[in-house]
Formats: sequence, C-alpha cells, structure tokens
Amino acid sequence: MIKVPLQHIAHTRSGDKGNISNIAVFAYEPEFYELLKTQLTAEKFKQHYRHAIKGEVERYEIDAIHAMNFVAHGALGGGVSRSLSLDNYGKALSSAILGFIIEVPDELRPKLR
Amino acid sequence: MNKQTIRIGSGAAWWGDRVEPARLNAEQGQLDYLCFETMAEATVSAAQVRSRRDPDFPGYDTYLEDRMRAVLPGCMKHGTRIISNQGWINPEAAAKRIAELLKELGFPGVKVAAVGGSLITDRVLALTDRILENGEPTRSLAPTLISAEVYLGAEPIVAALKEGAQIVVTGRVADPSIFMAPMMYEFGWDPLDHVRLGAGNGLGHLLECGAQVTGGYFSDPGFKDVPDPWNLAFPIAEVDANGNAVITKVAGTGGAVTLQTVKEQMLYEVHDPANYLTPDVVVDFTQVKLEQVGVDRVRVSGLTGKPRTPTLKVSIGCTEGFIGEDMFFYAGPGAMRRARLAKKILEERFKIVGLQAEEVRIDFLGLNAIHGEATPEDAPEPYEVAVRVAARCKTRHEAAKVGREVDGMAVSGIGHTGKRVPHPERTREIIGVWSSLVPREDIPVNLSYFVS
Repeated sequence: MIKVPLQHIAHTRSGDKGNISNIAVFAYEPEFYELLKTQLTAEKFKQHYRHAIKGEVERYEIDAIHAMNFVAHGALGGGVSRSLSLDNYGKALSSAILGFIIEVPDELRPKLR
Repeated sequence: MNKQTIRIGSGAAWWGDRVEPARLNAEQGQLDYLCFETMAEATVSAAQVRSRRDPDFPGYDTYLEDRMRAVLPGCMKHGTRIISNQGWINPEAAAKRIAELLKELGFPGVKVAAVGGSLITDRVLALTDRILENGEPTRSLAPTLISAEVYLGAEPIVAALKEGAQIVVTGRVADPSIFMAPMMYEFGWDPLDHVRLGAGNGLGHLLECGAQVTGGYFSDPGFKDVPDPWNLAFPIAEVDANGNAVITKVAGTGGAVTLQTVKEQMLYEVHDPANYLTPDVVVDFTQVKLEQVGVDRVRVSGLTGKPRTPTLKVSIGCTEGFIGEDMFFYAGPGAMRRARLAKKILEERFKIVGLQAEEVRIDFLGLNAIHGEATPEDAPEPYEVAVRVAARCKTRHEAAKVGREVDGMAVSGIGHTGKRVPHPERTREIIGVWSSLVPREDIPVNLSYFVS
C-alpha cells in the first residue's frame, strides 16, 4: 500500500450555484474509482475543506463515467455576489481536494499519473 | 427539416468570452446553428442598474456589435441560423440593431426575432411566494428589488424558428435550452417528449460553457495537458434525431475533445446528476455512454430525462450594499511576519475609525486568499505575499474606508510595504441574487420580428 495525493488518480472541476459549490472528482482509471468510493466519503471530503464548507456535503456517484459529485452547501461565503473571497465563484476550490491522501495498493502503482 | 444530423456550434459561453472562436465556428464550422450564451446570474440586475444611471445604455449585450460583426458574414454565407440570449433586458432593441447590422453588411431581407416576456420585475411579488434559499416570503425583498426574470425554455425560440426567423434573440432563457431549441425544431420533438428533450438539454449543457468542453478550464500541467491552450476552439455538436451526438471542434485549433473534457463539463454546476432541472425537462446524466470515436470526437449517447416541473425558476436581483477592497505587498525574508503585523494594524485601525461592516476578510494572497479556511495548516510560507482586505458594508461610504485605511499603510504602516497607486474605484455595489418559482401558465411570452 502506498499513500499518494488524489491528483495522481483523479481530476476535478468545480462549479457554483448561489451559495452552493459542486466539486466533481473523476477517476483516471476504473480501479481508482473504487478506491475513491471507499476512501473519499462525504464526511472526509468536508473535513478536508475544514471550515471553508459551512454546511452539509452530499455525494453523488455516477458509475457510468467513474465520477463522484460533491455538493457543498455554504461554500461560497454567502453566494457569488456577496462573497468576500477573491475567487468568489469558487472556480479554484476543486484544486484543494487534489491534495487529499489516498491509499493505493502496490499493484496499481504503474497506473498512477 | 427532417435532416439526419444537424451541426450546432457555440459562439459564447459568457459575456466576456472571446470573439475569434465564434468567428471561426461561423466561417469554418459548417454549422446549421450558432448559439450564444452571454448572461450570468446577476447580468440582468447589473443591466437594470446601468440603464437607470445611463439613459443611452440600450440594455443588451455590450459586445453585441463585436460578436455580430464577427459572425454575420460567415453565418449568412453558409445559411447558419443564430440563436442568442444577448437581448438581456431589451431583446427587441437587440434584434432591431442586428437587423440594421445585416443591412449595413449587405444582407437584406433577413428575419430577426426577439423573444420577450422573461422580465417580470413589476409583478414578481404577486406571482411568487417563497424564496427558495431561505424560505422567507419574496415580498420581504420589496425594498431592495432591482429585477426579476423568469428562466424561459426552448419553446418560444422554436416558435420563432417556425415563423421563419433566421436569427432569434432572447432575454433570459435557460442556458441549455438555447442549444436545444434547434434540435426540437429540426427534428420535430414534442415539448413533452422528456426522453428526447432530456438528451437534447443534456447536450445543451455540454455546449453552454463553450471551451470548457474543448480543453478550457481543464489543463493541469503534467497531469492533464492539451495542445496549444492559447488557441482554443468553441465546441460543435453533430446531433441526430434521437438526441445522440458527437462533440467536436474545428480542426487545426488548440485544445482537445476527450472523454475527460466531456466528463468534466457534464457535471459542471450540476447537483444531483439524475435530476438536473431545466425549464424544458429534468435531465438524467447517470446513464450516459461516452466513446472516443476519433481525434477530438466524443460520441455521447444514453442521456435521458424526466417530465418537466409545473413551475419555472425566477431569479430575483436585489441591492445588498457594497464591498470595499484593496491590497498591498510584502516580499523577501520575513514577508509573512510583516504581512501578519500589517493585518493586525488594519484590524485595530478599523476599530479606531469605527468601520461598520457585516463581514471583514483579511487574507494573505500567496498563502490563503484563494482556499481560505481550506488551506492546509502546514502550507509553506511564500517569498512574496499580498495582504488583501475586503469588507461588506451597507453603504458605499463605509466600504470606502477599506481603501482609505490601506492608503494609510503607505507612510504610516511598516517597513518594506509595497503599494499600488491609489485608484478611486475600490468599492463596488453588491447585487444579491435570490430564487423563487412561478407557475408556467402565469408567464406569457411575446415574439416580435424585424427584417433587414
């Protein structure tokens, strides 16, 4: 088992709507999708963002494209127009989860990005 | 009508988008339709504010001329129809202006339609009940209301196409619907055929953000690279009568259309992927099938939908005060130490001058200004840092104190402070956007036509 940042197994994109941010995580390989499903729970996801996400996090699984969508409530400082953040749309929020540590079985090491 | 496939291209994904890729699609995309999405959530409210202050503001996309001059020759040459939400708060004036441009460019006799009816500012409080975000009555917004507009669907655009319009300009229409309207019209889809409309609106969602499906908002050097990211094209969909499509782009451009770019755009701004609400249909993305069928060609099938809801979404823009903001800089050994003292000085100064703010935020740009509280505690200290301060206040007078106190940091601050030359406009008005629902039958639309 080795520990790697998530960016070696998945890519991500964030979008906004009101005060809600969605951060989608896409596995590079089907095997990595299974690791994400087990290890990147909604709770762990929220912990990773610490207090930057004020409300609940919902997780949706989209098996057809090996992706999960995390919907984070209260992540945009009151909403795009009210937020005092420089990145008020939260377009860069999806890069924070790239640092989430994932445990990868040794046999999958050749598939890491 | 009854073509095997139609080619629908993107001309813009937002107000500030580039113009050359739209021209390229018009000239080389072999398009049946070129579609423009130019509105953000607060666009209409910002346009209302501007039109109150500036009687000469015509109320439509400020880049209407640039965009239309770039694409009209190509579109007229190839028989490409145009659908665009550049009408903002005055689609009739936009349509009239386009008809004038057509005449000037030597294309007489072209029919341009305006789709009106989305603006309901004068009756929104009577037509709506609760604010979706907080459950409060919408009438609580009365004192601060600027604008209210309904998200219309594809049907009025289809009606205009049936009347022979070659160009259709709208106010607020849901973004994916702009791109689906040609599919409904060309393939004769029934407005209640939720399976095909679900597929069509799903494709519309893939196109509505332009380059975000062709390699934009995507590159991550070393992990995800695309060729020539300085020369991206806007997407083209080759759509069949059942709502399956190939997403592609003009050959010879930068960027890429891959499974990865399509997946990322599919979930962009989506919450529940099985229930993506639009005025026309509820889209279900979860059964999608994506196949790379060639270079920069991704086939999309399996998109579907569920019956549309009985209501339409209303976006309500309100004045909510002002944000004041500014920044100044430190560099070299000890930069963060100085930045932290500067933050402390500002916090004390705001007390001394009695800043009345709903929220104050002082960040270190270079360390934690972007990810805020999500920044890891062990993040390394930067060599250079900007102290960036922002406050949200009720009045512009209060918000201006932020910049005035940053001015004070020039000669009354600490050593090695770098500053920008003060500029007068360091405050901006906040337009808060709320949502509500309105029954479909309460929203009549009106079509008008202009011929060049």
